[in-house]
Amino acid sequence: MCATCGCDSYGGSTLHCIGEERSHQLKDLSSHTHASQKTIIDVEKDVLYQNNLLAERNRGCFEAKNILALNLVSSPGSGKTTLLERTLSDLKYEIGFAVIEGDQQTTNDADRIHATGTQVTQINTGKGCHLDAHMIVHALQGMKLKDNTVLFIENVGNLVCPAMFDLGEKERVVIVSVTEGDDKPLKYPDMFYSSTLCIINKIDLLPYVPFDINKVKENAKKVNHSLEIIEVSCTSGAGLKEWYNWLKAKFLVPEIIA
Amino acid sequence: MHELSIVMSIIDIATQQATNANATLVDEIELDVGALSGIEMNAFDFAWKQAVEDSILQNATLTINRIEGKAICIDCSASFEIQQYFDACPVCGEHLINIIQGKELKVKSLVVS
Repeated sequence: MCATCGCDSYGGSTLHCIGEERSHQLKDLSSHTHASQKTIIDVEKDVLYQNNLLAERNRGCFEAKNILALNLVSSPGSGKTTLLERTLSDLKYEIGFAVIEGDQQTTNDADRIHATGTQVTQINTGKGCHLDAHMIVHALQGMKLKDNTVLFIENVGNLVCPAMFDLGEKERVVIVSVTEGDDKPLKYPDMFYSSTLCIINKIDLLPYVPFDINKVKENAKKVNHSLEIIEVSCTSGAGLKEWYNWLKAKFLVPEIIA
Repeated sequence: MHELSIVMSIIDIATQQATNANATLVDEIELDVGALSGIEMNAFDFAWKQAVEDSILQNATLTINRIEGKAICIDCSASFEIQQYFDACPVCGEHLINIIQGKELKVKSLVVS
């Protein structure tokens, strides 16, 4: 008789597998019909727990080194890289920066950042539509970031998929440009909901496009009432001071962790 | 198409859990998917069919519990169902709401053998 469940074996052999969950892993099971024992497992596990675990690991690394990590997200072409170029050039004598660039292909963006004299790593996701925490772990291993710096992570241009993947950032910054529709926040609410700051870029083009800046702000606030909003133009420089002040405030006055 | 990444994560969790239980097959899998979880169900179904082939979930029966969105109005404290992030409070019309349910995305249980 089987010691686990008490069944009789028909072929003459008797199994005694005390102290083992599965008792029927013998090679000759032809005479034994008991292999389909079902077990219910209460998993209760977040589907993204592996990503979230690695994100927390990154977050711990950033906190220990007093690195302000910002995840920049937007649709393609909203001006993320131009905003970075401008910011890095304007503030490089005040703040130490590093950049992780995410794109499906090419090192074009990393080359542009490199030209500003900033440390940069390019992640090519291949067919992937977003960065995940695991990619950032590997990028960080190669970067050897200095303490007391700001790390910009420029995500893949995509307002959908990157919303779900925590990278370990302190703040998520969503960028929308005035050449896009002012209903973007309603069309892609996950991204605006999960961000803390919204930058409205290319405001120098406002006279030429049918973009209602009050409407986009109203829509963004409908999705996320605590979202901060800053209007900028990287061409004219309008609003950049406000963005720099936001950045410095977050960097110089780290929140006290309760 | 982040749904494919999501399905791959589910396969990883199921494989790990089944291995821990010394099981070789998953017969049933139960998921909680919130209405505000960011999962497009058509894309999910498509990704599921492709990704579970030759995995431990190949013949598993999939049960999805759709969790509806719920929010509380910060202004008037009303509690109500929401379909979208930008839904207003049906009582006072404000958008100052806190979402309390509907972001779930988890593997709830497995039946293995």
